[in-house]
Amino acid sequence: MEQYAIEMKNITKKFPGIIANDHITLQLKKGEIHALLGENGAGKSTLMSVLFGLYQPEEGEIRKDGKKVTINDPNDANALGIGMVHQHFKLVECFSVLDNIILGVETTKGGFLQKEEAKKKVIELSEKYGLFVDPDALVEDITVGMQQRTEILKMLYRDNEILIFDEPTAVLTPQEIQELMNIMKNLAAEGKSILFITHKLGEIMQVADRCTVLRKGKYIGTVEIKDTTPEKLSAMMVGRDVNFVVEKEPANPGKVILDIKDMTVASKHHKKNAVNRVSLQVRQGEIVCIAGIDGNGQTEFVYGLSGLEPLTGGTITMNGEDITHMPIRKRLTSGMSHIPEDRHKHGLVLDFSLEDNLVLQRYFEPQFTNKFGFLRRKEIRNYANRLIGQYDIRSGQGPVTKARSMSGGNQQKAIIARELDKNPDLLVAVQPTRGLDVGAIEHIHKQLVAQRDAGKGVLLVSLELDEVMNVSDRILVMYEGEIVGEFDPKQVTVEELGLYMAGSKRKEAGVS
Amino acid sequence: MNEKPKKKESLIRNSSFQTIIASLLCIILGLLVGYIVLLIINPSGAAGAITAILKNFLYYPSAAAAKKYFGTTLVKASALLMCSLSVLFAYKVGLFNIGAAGQYVVGAGACLYVALKAGLPWYCCLLAAVISAAFVGGISGALKAYFNVNEVISCIMLNWISLYCVNMLLSKVKEQSTPYTKELSSVNKSALIPNAGLDQLFSKNEFVTIGVPLAVIMAILVWVILEKTKFGYELKATGMNKQAAKYCGMREKRNIILTMMISGGLSGFGAAIFYLSGIEQWMVQQTSVPAMGFNGIAAAFLGGLSPIGAIFSSYFIQHITSGGTYVDKTMYCTQISDLISAFIIYLCGFVLFFKLWLNRYLDKRDEKRSAKEKKGGEA
Repeated sequence: MEQYAIEMKNITKKFPGIIANDHITLQLKKGEIHALLGENGAGKSTLMSVLFGLYQPEEGEIRKDGKKVTINDPNDANALGIGMVHQHFKLVECFSVLDNIILGVETTKGGFLQKEEAKKKVIELSEKYGLFVDPDALVEDITVGMQQRTEILKMLYRDNEILIFDEPTAVLTPQEIQELMNIMKNLAAEGKSILFITHKLGEIMQVADRCTVLRKGKYIGTVEIKDTTPEKLSAMMVGRDVNFVVEKEPANPGKVILDIKDMTVASKHHKKNAVNRVSLQVRQGEIVCIAGIDGNGQTEFVYGLSGLEPLTGGTITMNGEDITHMPIRKRLTSGMSHIPEDRHKHGLVLDFSLEDNLVLQRYFEPQFTNKFGFLRRKEIRNYANRLIGQYDIRSGQGPVTKARSMSGGNQQKAIIARELDKNPDLLVAVQPTRGLDVGAIEHIHKQLVAQRDAGKGVLLVSLELDEVMNVSDRILVMYEGEIVGEFDPKQVTVEELGLYMAGSKRKEAGVS
Repeated sequence: MNEKPKKKESLIRNSSFQTIIASLLCIILGLLVGYIVLLIINPSGAAGAITAILKNFLYYPSAAAAKKYFGTTLVKASALLMCSLSVLFAYKVGLFNIGAAGQYVVGAGACLYVALKAGLPWYCCLLAAVISAAFVGGISGALKAYFNVNEVISCIMLNWISLYCVNMLLSKVKEQSTPYTKELSSVNKSALIPNAGLDQLFSKNEFVTIGVPLAVIMAILVWVILEKTKFGYELKATGMNKQAAKYCGMREKRNIILTMMISGGLSGFGAAIFYLSGIEQWMVQQTSVPAMGFNGIAAAFLGGLSPIGAIFSSYFIQHITSGGTYVDKTMYCTQISDLISAFIIYLCGFVLFFKLWLNRYLDKRDEKRSAKEKKGGEA
């Protein structure tokens, strides 16, 4: 009997100018939970794309149960029993859980759906693995955790033997993460092989049997979890020791920079307000963090604050000036910088060069545009080169590199360089470390603290509790569009925050 | 020692160079398909017909006649160039201006009406054409910006509305006995665009006016606006990522409307330099929108969406369209010329596809080569 469910041997995949996978070997044993750890741009996604037949490797081979296989497209991968839960779920929102699970593999009789049969199988599966979810509920009505369970059931329904989880915990509360860990252990005990892609060392230590580490496209090694420590893993991943705790002096808040009163933003999806009468203040020299689970109004709150969406009520005052109805450009030129949540949607024009992206917020200033409306290309180039050097933005061809061809981390660095160089009074940073590796996260956290120490107000919106606890001076928890609690990070535990984030507790006092 | 191949490599990777290669490839393929169709219809005349299309004005044995008809091709090509500029300008902002044809019609109607009814000089007529066509373009732009109406739909509908409105308007200035508008040379000579001696270069072809060089200047102007100015930067940012443009405070609604207005104005300019040369009269009973605007789409793509490329592609498309009229009509039916040029124009749209294909091929070759080099190094 062959020991490995899937074996990827000496996989090499090159793209012009970069070797994304350089002789990488990944061996997934039957019934094990195998973590795949690596910084952004380490080659994890490429490796998974090779496994799913999206890319063909130049070298190397894939073996399933010891037999060599060729995977030309995702259909081949499915036929081999490989399933994946993507970081962003692939569910049809207005379908029921059951409909989503059977989508594409419906049982039919004479062209009619046999839903009862399917439902029975789904219920059996969910009981067997402890994946509790109501098959008849609409996906849009259930929690993110349940949606994830739906995704897992989808794989199980298709009798997949090899389950890949791509950063599954990013969107979950601490309690939900715990449940997921248990589910994964159950699945492994039932003989499923699990590949677990993540940045979070704590989760690896807790659940994985073995861990393969990639760095800059190279295979670093595979270790038994029981023989290692988080420190060792992180050193393998980044090639140096990483400081987990953000070092910072106590905050020394000054005058109020941002004063929001009763902000209300209508929702595009339902009749309730996405943001409901939120009031908060940010002062100079402090980092205020809005914590919460994805989809509780944080996005709409930031849209309202930055002017991307109109408010339906309330006022915003920045630096003593009422900016409630100010156009976006005016807000950005009078002291606000905004690191957007989605760097591809808002932050960058991907088909523009790096230099054009770096001046996106100030191309209209006299130093970059002369009085006849012509761009000063030479000045833009010099400016871009300065930022590239100062913020260590790495790219293939320097300022003329297309933003699309840069790695996620460097794209984020470019946005941060652009926003910080404006020297803002108020920095609104929405998930600034999303999808980044440990090294880059550390760097960004340092910059946030540096902004604070320079007397700026920083409003951080984050889904990562580690980040919330480490970086902020004050924590506000947002649940269903409302602020449900305010905390001092030194006096609250992650578990306590989790209860507020999940809506099972709320502080009425002190919160308007 | 590696310098030479490297230079060659950077040339073949150069985007403009690739466009030229891809465009030439499309042209050759188009001609080939056209030739095959001719072979199927009537094998004996195919070679003659395809050379007639390619020769165009060279069909005439006398140099003077050839020069004269070269001039005529240029006049038509300059109008086509304006239409293709119109299409590519909108395309840079992510809008597909299929309404160039309708805007062209409105431009024609406005300039002829102002010339024949009001008797104003040519520059006033030209201005009238540009402004009214810009207005029509602006309607589609505003619908897109404020109500998110797909510009393709609103443009197509406006094409027909424009055509029949112009037919109605120009009925007031038509000859009594024919459905054609009155000749500018007999009613209002001042409305004819000046030749500035250009007619002398083309065997006294009085239709060759300063409109031809003006169109080329407009192409260069469009290039400068797109590549060198703040306005062009904003337009391209809006076209490539509307959300990012909004995020950094660009007024994307204003930009969409402005773009469609400029785009319309360019079409109107094309109509004006064509009809104000006196080369053709408007037929007020026509029931189809002139092909000029639609051919502009092909010309824009064949030119690789570059204003400078459009100069050459517009000329080429006009060259074969005009050449089609010289095909031997005893062997082929009269529609054959349109059919063949349509084939060629159709394949011209594949430029972007060929570019993509070329890049993929180059990537694969590079990968193989580097793998080989590595193996060689290891051995």
